[in-house]
Amino acid sequence: MQKNIICVACPMGCGVTVELDDNGAILSVTGNTCKRGDAYARTEITNPVRSLATTVKVEGGIFNVVPCKSAGALPKDKIFECMEVINNTSAKAPVKLGDVLVADILGTGIDIVATNHCPIK
Amino acid sequence: MLNYDIVVIGGGPAGMAAALKAKECGVDSILILERAETLGGILEQCIHTGFGLHYFGEELSGPEYADRFIELVKEKEIEYKTDTMALEITENNVVYAVNKTDGLLEIQAKAVILAMGCRERPRGALNIAGSRASGVMSAGTAQKYVNIDGYMPGKKVVILGSGDIGLIMARRMTLEGAEVKVVCELMPYSSGLTRNIVQCLDDFNIPLRLSCTVIGIHGKDRVEGVTIANVDENRRPIPGTEEYIECDTLLLSVGLIPENELTRAVGIQLDPVTSGAVVDENRETSHKGVFACGNVLHVHDLVDYVTLESQTAGEGAAKYVLGGGEEPEYITTKGVSGVRYIVPQKVNIKNEGDVKLYFRVGQVYKNAKTVVKYNGEEIISKKRPRLAPGEMESVIIKNDMLKKFAEGGVIEISVEE
Repeated sequence: MQKNIICVACPMGCGVTVELDDNGAILSVTGNTCKRGDAYARTEITNPVRSLATTVKVEGGIFNVVPCKSAGALPKDKIFECMEVINNTSAKAPVKLGDVLVADILGTGIDIVATNHCPIK
Repeated sequence: MLNYDIVVIGGGPAGMAAALKAKECGVDSILILERAETLGGILEQCIHTGFGLHYFGEELSGPEYADRFIELVKEKEIEYKTDTMALEITENNVVYAVNKTDGLLEIQAKAVILAMGCRERPRGALNIAGSRASGVMSAGTAQKYVNIDGYMPGKKVVILGSGDIGLIMARRMTLEGAEVKVVCELMPYSSGLTRNIVQCLDDFNIPLRLSCTVIGIHGKDRVEGVTIANVDENRRPIPGTEEYIECDTLLLSVGLIPENELTRAVGIQLDPVTSGAVVDENRETSHKGVFACGNVLHVHDLVDYVTLESQTAGEGAAKYVLGGGEEPEYITTKGVSGVRYIVPQKVNIKNEGDVKLYFRVGQVYKNAKTVVKYNGEEIISKKRPRLAPGEMESVIIKNDMLKKFAEGGVIEISVEE
């Protein structure tokens, strides 16, 4: 089986083809023009991850929401599930930049942290 | 009347970096004027990550990037006024501004740094047919609604324009439960970063239609749908390719306009390509003691470069205030064949350091080279595997090279395939 992906390790945007056997093991990586492309393609096929940035509701703050991000990359297929958890969370003002808003989200070991301050109204 | 050595107009990344650098260079009397309720500028609503890779060597969100400078502004005790709108700059560098607590402010500055940033090109600039139904807004407006105010402006979304703000909002709206039906791009290529096309569109199976635009908006009170059509090589809609798409929201990500009303009103010379001021390597405009930096000077791709440029402007303004320096001798810079513009537009050959020239190309090139010529003679040539309009390019003119130039000379940068 073949999978085509676009490498985003740099702005070149090479089209990379990954050849897989029936068990999903990688047979070959072609089309990349550097080592970083090879590494990117292998991670992207075996364990794609994304960082997540969104907002959390705040009670009693100068703003209704405070921005937050995952402190590390999350499994790509858990992103929407994480959004659900985050959207069911609310924080009490004051929120400080760096505050952990959701610890170890969905058992991934990754915290959701505030990326701005939200003082009390 | 208030008196300050330097008045900075705009408290975003450009204004803060310029003010901090000026302070570091020995100017203590600095005032930043900011229109919004907080410092930070547009970064406050850019909650996605990807800022700071060049400047801090880490990947920060917009508010985090801004916060590092806000904290420094406070630590260095640089004065600032938020909720304050600058109204006018006079010939003699008097700045008029207004806010709710002080009323009208009249501030005599020795130097002024323009750091007002950009606003988005609005619907009115596009001439799309249709009613004035609600649900049509710029991508940045939607970004503020979602990320600062905390509410969703729509459920079924069409986005016109595939610049980075459009792409980022496609992902943001999708994450919050909206259905983004399509992103239309007038040009045959996206001006957004490849990374954003992959992670904001492909990840969510959002189609990107190139050479395609919105030609009609339907609905009376609220948008009910839009008509899109393919365009030919002259960007004219092709009859017969029209397609109706049901949606309640149309986001426009169709370009940024530097906010140069103050600049224009005082008669500062503007570059017709950048829509920003014509500046020298210190980012001084045609008006003595007035400097410009950041997106009000030219639209940047990365905030990291805004910071660097603004430090240059801050240092330039500080030198101006502290005095000294001999009369400049200028050469001019000019983008030719493939290069749309160069900033700075002129360079003082008596400058004591190296000079970095920033430029942008007009189309996508593969395996091309950028060539720098002085009075027609090639001085630098650089192989570039990929050049794109969305990415700012730069070249450094070393000081020993600069010393060989003569007043009135011309530096040209071109793309050769």
